[in-house]
Amino acid sequence: MKIKPSLPWPVRMAGPVLICLILAYVLLPVVVVSVAAFNAKAILSFPPESLSWRWFGRVFTYPDFQHGFKTSLIVTVASSAIALVIGTGLVIIAKRTYFPGKETLQSILLSPLVVPHFTIGLGLLMLAAQIRLDRGYDIVILCHVILVLPFVLRSVYVSMENLDDRLEHAAASLGAPPLKVLFTVMIPLLAPGLFGGWLFAAIMSFNEFTASLFITTQETQTLPVAMYNYVREFADPTLAALSVVYIVVTASLLIVANYFLGLGKVLNIEESSR
Amino acid sequence: MNMYSRLRGWLVSPSVIVALCICVALFTVFQFSLRAYIPGSLDVGGFTLANFTGLGKSIYRDALWNTLILSIETMVFSLLLAYPLAYALVRVRNRALKSVILITAITPLFLGEIVRTYSWIIALGSNGFINSMLRKLGLVEFPVDMMFTHFGVLVALVHVTIPVVVLMLAAAIAHIDRDYEKAAQSLGAGPIRIFLTVTLPLSMPGILASSTTAFAWTFSAFATPQMIGGGRVPTISTLIYQLGFSSMNFPLAASLSIVGLALTAVSLWVFGKLTARFKHIGGH
Repeated sequence: MKIKPSLPWPVRMAGPVLICLILAYVLLPVVVVSVAAFNAKAILSFPPESLSWRWFGRVFTYPDFQHGFKTSLIVTVASSAIALVIGTGLVIIAKRTYFPGKETLQSILLSPLVVPHFTIGLGLLMLAAQIRLDRGYDIVILCHVILVLPFVLRSVYVSMENLDDRLEHAAASLGAPPLKVLFTVMIPLLAPGLFGGWLFAAIMSFNEFTASLFITTQETQTLPVAMYNYVREFADPTLAALSVVYIVVTASLLIVANYFLGLGKVLNIEESSR
Repeated sequence: MNMYSRLRGWLVSPSVIVALCICVALFTVFQFSLRAYIPGSLDVGGFTLANFTGLGKSIYRDALWNTLILSIETMVFSLLLAYPLAYALVRVRNRALKSVILITAITPLFLGEIVRTYSWIIALGSNGFINSMLRKLGLVEFPVDMMFTHFGVLVALVHVTIPVVVLMLAAAIAHIDRDYEKAAQSLGAGPIRIFLTVTLPLSMPGILASSTTAFAWTFSAFATPQMIGGGRVPTISTLIYQLGFSSMNFPLAASLSIVGLALTAVSLWVFGKLTARFKHIGGH
C-alpha cells in the first residue's frame, strides 16, 4: 500500500480556503448587483431598506433599451451569420488547398484579436467620414464581422483538424461534384464546430461595446451602448436590474450547455483518461 | 487536380474583402495621424508631423505609462488568482464541485464589459457595498475612495481578465502528463515540491500564452478605465475617446492610436521572444 505524504492540517486547508476566497472575489460583483437590483429607492444603499421589482419593469419599458435590444439582435444575427459563412469557406479552402498570400490573409483576419477594438472603431469612423458615407447598419455589421471572424476561424480550424479527408475523396471519386461534397459531407461533419464558432461569435457581437461606441449613431445604437449612456445619465438601479437579467440568462444557458454538451470537453480542459 | 480548386474563388474572395476592409481602416488611422487638425470639423488639413510631437505632452506620456503599468499589474494579479482556480478546475474529482467552479469562473466572460464594470461601480462607490460593509463592521469611519482610483480600476480589470486566463491555464494543466508527477512522488518528493518542480514548469507554455492574452486585453480595455476611472485614471483608450468625441481632434486621436499599436506590437514581440526562449530551454 502506498503511503500518502501527509501535510499538517493548516496547509491542507489552505487550498480550499484560497479557492473559496478567489471564487468570492469573482462572485462579489454578481451578488452586489443582484441585491442592488431589488433596491426600492432610486438611491442605492446596502443593505436595501425595502425591496421592489419596479426597476425590472423599467428595463423592459425604457425606449432606448427596447430600441437597443432590437438593433443588437439585427447586428448580432447578421454579423455572426456572415462571419460563419465567410470563415467556414476560408478555412475549408485554406486547409485543403494552397493559394498565394494564404498566410498573410489569415494573419490579417486574426489581427483583431490583438488590435484594440477602439482602433478598429476609430478607423472605420474616420473612413466613413472621409468617403462621406452615412453610417447605417451596414458599417456596424461590417465592424462586428471583422471583430468576431477570428473566433469563427479558430473554432472551424479546430474541427477541420479532426476531419478525415478520405471521406471527401470517397464522395468525389463516386462522382459527387465539389459543391455536393461540401454540402453533404463537409458541412454536416463540421456542424458541431460550426455551431460552437457561431455561438461564440454571436455572444461576442451581442456584448461588443468599444468599437460600437465609435461607429454607431442614435439610430444604430446597440444595447451595450444604450446601457453605457444610461449610466452616464441616471444613477437609479435600472441597469442593475438589466444586469440581473443578463446574469440569469447567461448562467442558465451555460448550465444547460454544460449539462448537455459537457463544457469541459468543448473548452478542451478535460484531462484525457488513461 | 484538387476538387476544391473550382470553389476557391467563391469561398476565399469574401475573406479577402474583409481583410481589405481591415487594412483600409488601419491605413485610415495611419493617414489621419499625419494630417493637420482643423478645429470644429471632421475634415482634415495637409500632411504634418505635428500630432506626434504634440504627444510629447505629459498628459499623453502619463497615459501611456499608466496603460503599461495597469496591463502588467493586471497580468500578474490575474495569473496569481487564476492559477489556483484552473488547477482546482482540472484536478477536483467531484463532478458537481467541478461544474460549480467552471460556471462561476466563466459566467463573467459572457456578461460583457458594461454589466461587469457597472457591477463594480456599485461595489466600489462611496455608498457602495464594500464601504457600507466596512462601516457596518466599524472598520472605517469615512468611506474609502475606490471609485476613480488606480486601485479601483485594477480590481475591476483583474476581475474582467480572470475568466479567460482560467480557461487557458486549465487547458494547459489538463494536458500535463500525470506520470511525471507520479514519478516524482515515487522518488520521494512531497506535494509542494512536486508542484514547484514538475507541475508549474510543465504549465509554463499556458502561463506565457495567457499572460500575452491578459496583457493585450488590458492594453485595449476601454469600458473599465472609462467608467471606473472617470477621467482620473487616464489610459490610451480613454484619451483617444476624449480626443475624438469631446475635442473632435481625430488626427491627434489617430496618432495616439498609432503609438498604442506600436507599443502593442513591441510587447507581443517581447512575449513571443520569451515563449520561444522557454521552448528552447524546455527542449533540452
